Amino acid sequence: MTIKRMSPEELLALDRFNVDEGNPHIHVDKTLCARCQSRPCLVVCPARCYQLKDAQVAFEYAGCLECGTCRVLCSDKGVTRWDYPRATFGVTFRNS
Amino acid sequence: MSEEDFDVIVAGAGPAGSACAYTLAKAGKNVLLLERGDSAGAKNVSGGRLYAYALDLVDPDLRGRAPLQRRIVREQVMLLDGARATTLDHGDYGDAAGPQSYSVLRAPLDEWFASEVEAQGGTLACGMRVDGFLEENGRIVGVKVGEDDMRCGTVVAADGVNSCLGRQAGLFGDVAPATVGLGVKETIELPEAVISQRFGVKNGEGAARVALGCTDGISGGGFLYTNTDSVSLGLVLNPGQVARRGRPIQDLWQDFKLHPALAGLLEGGVSLEYGAHLVPERGYHGLPRNLHRPGLVVAGDAGQFGINTGLILRGMDLAMVSGLAAARAILETTGPDAVGPAYLTQLETLALLPTMRVYAECHGLFELSRLFGAYPALANEALATLFSVDGRTPPPMLTQLWQVVRSHVSLGQMLSDAWKGFRSV
Repeated sequence: MTIKRMSPEELLALDRFNVDEGNPHIHVDKTLCARCQSRPCLVVCPARCYQLKDAQVAFEYAGCLECGTCRVLCSDKGVTRWDYPRATFGVTFRNS
Repeated sequence: MSEEDFDVIVAGAGPAGSACAYTLAKAGKNVLLLERGDSAGAKNVSGGRLYAYALDLVDPDLRGRAPLQRRIVREQVMLLDGARATTLDHGDYGDAAGPQSYSVLRAPLDEWFASEVEAQGGTLACGMRVDGFLEENGRIVGVKVGEDDMRCGTVVAADGVNSCLGRQAGLFGDVAPATVGLGVKETIELPEAVISQRFGVKNGEGAARVALGCTDGISGGGFLYTNTDSVSLGLVLNPGQVARRGRPIQDLWQDFKLHPALAGLLEGGVSLEYGAHLVPERGYHGLPRNLHRPGLVVAGDAGQFGINTGLILRGMDLAMVSGLAAARAILETTGPDAVGPAYLTQLETLALLPTMRVYAECHGLFELSRLFGAYPALANEALATLFSVDGRTPPPMLTQLWQVVRSHVSLGQMLSDAWKGFRSV
């Protein structure tokens, strides 16, 4: 093993998550996202939770690192609600 | 006044929350420290250096017990351009250098600090997210955690840079993109002796490094801290510029991690963890106008306390000092209305706000776009030119240098940057 280029999926696989199934802590309004031209979420999210699928922004909260960047950068406020996950859910850092 | 469950409830067991709760518990207050993670530190990411004066301010006994990684004895600055690198390495090799800062990892540090709160008689409750406030007559009198209401004299919101609580209390709006940096980081495991050898330090001593010219021209830079048996390597970038550039942040991050000038330092390392976090970067001008209201004060990253001069990045020490200031304000006043103003006075007395004022204009440096591309490139090419020997008759040295400079920047740009840089410091 040594240092190598890792895909976003490989990077996230290093971390431990306890996903709050069926209970997303971030709410995204897809009709607002459909009108958004700039879509900063696609490149700034360090967990790549926002991806383009069939020309639409698809959001998946499972690998969220809870940094808040999407909320701060969201240009058309498609991120309608941003909370921390419920207690004990989400990412757990052990070496950061 | 109705009965209180606690004198003080602190939301968030990071450096600010624990410094506050520790001070209050030690003074005999009935304090509850709430943490949303499974353990303190489970949600926290930082670059990795703590300026130790802050621990000493809270209690001089703490430093000896803290899980500090390595005492930083080498300060390094790295300028990158393509495959080239120029590294400045500063250190005091005499005996005079006193301990000033240490590399830290947040999971062990925060967990330890919260346990110190318990040892002083404070109550630590992990796995508890504060969902909102209890209010009476415009005054905050407690918190809601799930179905439970908990009453107290004062709430201290130390809930981090996103401060859902500060926003919910109406103290401030959301942070603006220009006031935060987006930090990404990997912790890379290496044997202790290997780290000491590669960085030329003894075991227990370490290096801190900042890097410029590794961000594809985006405002920001890299950092590297040596821990006991790992290194913390990361990038802090202006997120708005990342968005405009259109390259995923992971790509920018992996490019830096794989820069050939770092390969020899990281060879054989194993990536342990990948984290991301927002960093308050605007300094004094980024502070919210309101840091308190009756029954509530805001401390740590939630108050956007941060200093970035390009060479030093401070957050954890300011968080601890602000937590201490909140605790002292609570201890020296009677009645929740007096706590807020006393907190601001303590932030002055403990030199936090005066220090931030000194660095108030530093953020201007991050608006000099050439600092993140053209100037690191210029430095590398100038040195490459001066070191080159090919047997032919070279032009005079000054001519060589002038050609290098002109290929990267115009005289007008240099003068303009010099003036702006001068005003920033």
